[in-house]
Amino acid sequence: MLKWIGKFIRGQHDYVERWFHKGGKLERLYPLYEAHDTFLFTPGETTKGSTHVRDAIDLKRMMTVVVVALIPCVFMALYNTGFQANLIYATAIKQMQEKQGDSFDLEAAKVALKISPPADATTNDYLLRVFTSNEKLPNWRMPILEWFDYDWTDAGTFRGNFLSPTHLGKSLLHGALYFFPIWFVGLAAGGLCEAFFAMIRRHEINEGFLVTSSLLPLTLPADMPLWQVALGMIFGVVVGKEVFGGTGKNFLNPALTARAFLYFNNAPFISGDNVWTSVDGYSGATGLGALAIKGTGGKVTETLAGLQGSVAGQEIAQPLTWWDAFIGNMHGSMGETSTLACLLGAIVLIASGIGSWRIMAGCVIGMAGFSFMLSQVPSDLGISSATPEWHLVLGGFAFGTVFMATDPVSASMTEAGKWAYGILIGFMTVLVRALNPGYAEGIMLAILFANCCAPFIDYCVVQANIKRRLARNAA
Amino acid sequence: MLDLISAEDAFRLFLKSAFVENLALVFFLGMCTFIAISKNVKSAVGLAIAVVAVQAITVPANNLIDYFLLRPGAISDDIDLSFLRLISFIGVIAAIVQILEMVLEKYVPALFNELGIFLPLITVNCAILGGSLFMIERSYNFVESTIYGIGSGFGWGLAIVLLAAIREKLKYSDVPPGLRGLGITFVTIGLIALGFLAFSGI
Repeated sequence: MLKWIGKFIRGQHDYVERWFHKGGKLERLYPLYEAHDTFLFTPGETTKGSTHVRDAIDLKRMMTVVVVALIPCVFMALYNTGFQANLIYATAIKQMQEKQGDSFDLEAAKVALKISPPADATTNDYLLRVFTSNEKLPNWRMPILEWFDYDWTDAGTFRGNFLSPTHLGKSLLHGALYFFPIWFVGLAAGGLCEAFFAMIRRHEINEGFLVTSSLLPLTLPADMPLWQVALGMIFGVVVGKEVFGGTGKNFLNPALTARAFLYFNNAPFISGDNVWTSVDGYSGATGLGALAIKGTGGKVTETLAGLQGSVAGQEIAQPLTWWDAFIGNMHGSMGETSTLACLLGAIVLIASGIGSWRIMAGCVIGMAGFSFMLSQVPSDLGISSATPEWHLVLGGFAFGTVFMATDPVSASMTEAGKWAYGILIGFMTVLVRALNPGYAEGIMLAILFANCCAPFIDYCVVQANIKRRLARNAA
Repeated sequence: MLDLISAEDAFRLFLKSAFVENLALVFFLGMCTFIAISKNVKSAVGLAIAVVAVQAITVPANNLIDYFLLRPGAISDDIDLSFLRLISFIGVIAAIVQILEMVLEKYVPALFNELGIFLPLITVNCAILGGSLFMIERSYNFVESTIYGIGSGFGWGLAIVLLAAIREKLKYSDVPPGLRGLGITFVTIGLIALGFLAFSGI
């Protein structure tokens, strides 16, 4: 049966193929046809020159494996985004209920938390207010969630029940409503740029954009405006990659270029204390953000255990333990919170030989070495006294190390160079986190900087090898 | 004027001048040499060494000249020669480069040959003059200006070496025809500057 379906599709492809060849009526669209064809079937091309080194895993399959490796992170992104939002809503409502006692009104609480629009929202007058003032539009996700019979008051069941099956559906659904719009917009913007360049410059459409547009949403906060996602993606794909000729010819990681572009252009949407959960109006520092404030006195565990945020006048305690941070039960960009999910991805990448274990090990060594040294010096700053195991689980270190630093195009190519490159990233991450008051998180900038250094590192390794061989031959 | 500064401050100043306020990537100074000599790593390294050497000598030298001759009240209270700064700094840089060239030719001919055309080129590199002018603007003392000279020279040199390595790699890229050459080099420099933003704020 399967064989028959395969044959049928192959036949259809062969039938339409001539339209796309030179002189055919759809000649310009050849890259689209080619991309689809080689995605479904192994290309029938053979090598033309005398050398014949071929691997079953071509660029297309390689990129697909990366997307597969990202699945745990995507799952955690969906789950955690939804879970954190549900937790905050439920806790806030519970606290209001306790404070107000009998006079508690669920509808009023929902209005205060912006779950429901104000009572007069149905009138044109409200819409007019939204469009003529700076009031934000009512959140379109909330009616969908209510339609699924969301119970906003089951607070007691959330705290301490991360990943428990009772919340699986609820959290995934809530997270999906935030993740997938961003993902689709990124995919569409990146895919369009890739397809345009492929048609005009006559190169093949490369699945690299699938990876780039899956990586970017995972590094963004849930509430990122969609136009910014599209803008960042276009910058990343065009300036970060296509102007150099496409996948394999760039020197910066396109997803990180896109994120850096958004970071420096639209800082209020992607840094600070207000953006790291999807709850509108919620303000609370991430672990790194809290530790980067002077006066935390070097007490990392205590500072994180005392984390709290506020929404609609309710103070909400958000204690963070090491295990929470490891599993990913904390605020942050959508996909970066779970070190566990990144580890699963790392296993896939290393087992398939796509991600370099040397780079990942180098990152961890550089990070651990420098943060250990810093933590030995007494400091007023929490992040300086954080020991390596905290740096490992807080922020985006794990995600960057596994998925961004190992990008085979922008990383060092030589084996010795990969160690140096990884260690540089680890070192720079801690440097930016601890010594640069401007940024709480450092992994993105560290990797971009290391990307710039990678060709020079390779150059040094190659020159050293040449010198060694010359010396060996001369002796 | 010889106020010594603590080792930590010195290290901070070095980092700041080399990375945070990188002459090439933040102030975009010395662009002509920066782009012309960054086609291969070997000559970029030669130029980088030359820039560090010249910057480390000229900035403190200009500091001395400014302190003893040009600053308001240096010679006597009612004489202000600071309007002569620009022209005298240029002269000092040109003279020092000439002297350095002759010294190198006599005593270290190997290095002299390696640096070749780059030494005279440095005379007209605005990063060097920029370094001296920044030194005045930020009123560094002699020790600080020595560190600043070494740091800013090192930062500029590092930037050109990194750019050269990337440009060597970009030889294998397939850049659109309209962007080839200068265009893609400017895009590259911009992207490297993005990478260097990691340091801003230290």
